[in-house]
Amino acid sequence: MFNYILRRILYAIPLLIGVNLLTFALFFLVNTPDDVARMHLGQKHVKQEQINDWKQERGYDKPLMFNAKAEGLDVVTDTIFFQKSLHLFIFEFGRSDSGRDIGWDIQQRMWPSLALAVPSLIVGLLVNITFALLIAFFRGTYIDLWGVVFCVALMSISGLFYIVGGQWIISKLLHLVPISGYESGLDAIKFLVLPVIIGVIGGVGSGTRWYRSIFLEEINRDYVRTARAKGLSEMRVLFRHVLKNGMIPILTGVVVVLPMLFMGSLVTESFFGIPGLGSYTIDAIQSQDFSIVRSMVFLGSVLYIIGLVLTDISYTLVDPRVSFS
Amino acid sequence: MMDVIVILWTDALVFLLVFAVIVLALKLRQSRQFVEQWHSVFKTKVGASTAIILLAYIVVGLMDSAHYHPSQISDSGVSTPSAQVISVLDYTLSGLKNSTEKSYSAPFAQTLYVKENIQINNVLQRGYPPLEKRALHLSADEPVLFDALAKGVIGALLGMAVMLVLIFAIGKVNSKGLSGMFLPSSHIQWRSISITLLSIGAFMGSMLYLSSYYHVLGTDKVGQDVLYLSLKSIRTGLVIGTLTTLIMLPIAIMLGIMAGFYRTWIDDIIQYIYTTLNSIPGILLIAASVLMLQVFMDNNPDMFSTVEERSDARLFFLCLILGMTSWTGLCRLLRGETLKIRELDFIQAAKALGSSNMTIIRRHILPNLMHIVLISIVLDFSALVLAEAVLAYVGIGVDPTMNSWGNMINSARLEMSREPIVWWSLLAAFWFMFVLVLAANLFSDAIRDAFDPKLRSR
Repeated sequence: MFNYILRRILYAIPLLIGVNLLTFALFFLVNTPDDVARMHLGQKHVKQEQINDWKQERGYDKPLMFNAKAEGLDVVTDTIFFQKSLHLFIFEFGRSDSGRDIGWDIQQRMWPSLALAVPSLIVGLLVNITFALLIAFFRGTYIDLWGVVFCVALMSISGLFYIVGGQWIISKLLHLVPISGYESGLDAIKFLVLPVIIGVIGGVGSGTRWYRSIFLEEINRDYVRTARAKGLSEMRVLFRHVLKNGMIPILTGVVVVLPMLFMGSLVTESFFGIPGLGSYTIDAIQSQDFSIVRSMVFLGSVLYIIGLVLTDISYTLVDPRVSFS
Repeated sequence: MMDVIVILWTDALVFLLVFAVIVLALKLRQSRQFVEQWHSVFKTKVGASTAIILLAYIVVGLMDSAHYHPSQISDSGVSTPSAQVISVLDYTLSGLKNSTEKSYSAPFAQTLYVKENIQINNVLQRGYPPLEKRALHLSADEPVLFDALAKGVIGALLGMAVMLVLIFAIGKVNSKGLSGMFLPSSHIQWRSISITLLSIGAFMGSMLYLSSYYHVLGTDKVGQDVLYLSLKSIRTGLVIGTLTTLIMLPIAIMLGIMAGFYRTWIDDIIQYIYTTLNSIPGILLIAASVLMLQVFMDNNPDMFSTVEERSDARLFFLCLILGMTSWTGLCRLLRGETLKIRELDFIQAAKALGSSNMTIIRRHILPNLMHIVLISIVLDFSALVLAEAVLAYVGIGVDPTMNSWGNMINSARLEMSREPIVWWSLLAAFWFMFVLVLAANLFSDAIRDAFDPKLRSR
């Protein structure tokens, strides 16, 4: 088993190299640093000196991959590729285009993102499983049919409307919680209640529908028929057998998103003014700060790949039938 | 007439797509299984009526995809093509297009939504200025409700009458007769189709009839009619939902089959490519690509001569980017299925008979993957329509000058803090999107039930 885990981790390395090369190509080869500088400085009447100054301030004045003028190892290290892309591997994000330390920003903004994402995940999971079990209990009846139709209808609404509608009803009409903002510590709760509720409602359609199909798949298995045949009540069958076995795909589905929780939610955070990594990214996109976007692309991929490895490991732990070969 | 037809990039692709669908449909008509499967989609009420709703959206989208320079009469009396680009839909709705007010006005309102200094009986005072283009047939104190109701009913009846003619024509073609189109049936649900058509006729009829008297859905910040904007947005949503798939389909099918069929190092490379692409969170990859596209377009302004061409090019590239980031899921599915199929006996038999690899792929593997492709096209469609709104919010969606539901929501959101709230743009975008996505979701369920034999028992 140790060998298996080691192999999965080793498999992640070429993936990370691929992601790194891809971001480098996207950010530095599609448009040269000159183009980026020209866009930031305003299109027309930009002198070459201004462009050179802008590039020098931010360290973009080096050759892309190969520095012919330098000596020794510097031929490779004193380049944009080495300084800007390879440094991401040791999580050295450098400075943003506006001069802030990206690594420090990320450390600060990680926690509000987690404070929003973790409760959303847990509450959402509980609600979805409850509804899915309920619908599975009434399978084949009108409750099942209309439950699924309701789920599909919920899925057909854009997430933006949940946010706008929720803000309008709860904050503006009922004045229960503030519309947006954030405070550190326990005061954060009153700012987090609304986004968590909206996040859960927004995900309930697809989640319930998916879990229902998982439970229904289990319900048609032979072991469930056996359990009924030996006279167990329907409730006992559902909770002891179906739920337990249905949890395998559900939990492994959750494991893959666990590391991504750090990244936060782009739309929700910026709508509610929560200073997490999601709103950090969206601000960077809107102010066209490429250094931050590049760092977030890489960080997101690293977290996703960690999630993949964790999923593989959790499969082997939860389900003994999975072989290690 | 000197109308000059303009074919934008996305127009060309839209018509290519329509052409491809027609050719494919004619070709597949020979396959009895395929025809049976489509029949079973239309044997369900949900499948039949959602198909008609989608078709209605597609008709509007296609009308909006036929662009031309309209002719204009110059001072000397010679008609020349003008510089602006309009579509057949613009021409049909020219009454709505040219009914621009000064600013916000609520649905069915007689005045603007904000107070201004106006002249009343030669005295300058604060008040709501009356609309300039609509609600002119009413005097200021006349109630709107009864007039609007009466006109709505007239419009609905007119629309239904038009649809009845259409239903009659369909009844003639399939030799059911008009009454046969309304009888319950165990075969194709003609009754559901007729009822859906009548509902669409009633809705569109009353909307369009009313819209020449009122701003049915109000006007936006610069006074454009919201109904017009919503209808214009249909094309954007459809283009993103379909062209993206058209772009990613060849890549996904080719690589998926190659990986599954040839295995060995080809499989390794293809798996590596799609796992790498898949590792980058979708929205971040899209954001990075769109930002780079913006830099490129800003630095090469000469490539696009008109505003329409520029926003169209951006729409095209957005589809391209979405396609490049979304082929991985389908590719993985197709690879897995190909792996399974290639071990089956009929493939072994074909091999033993000496068929070449290409023949086996074309004749035996590809047809057996078609149901997966079809299901994923329909499933992706609704996700892409919803994604457009989010992308517009993040600031990486279609061009801000282009009509789209995302842009409508985005500009309405900025007015959320206004008191009293401006709600009609949001509501209009909500309903137009909701109906389309719900229909697509329900239709995709019907398709999956018909085409995926494993699920049929449930």
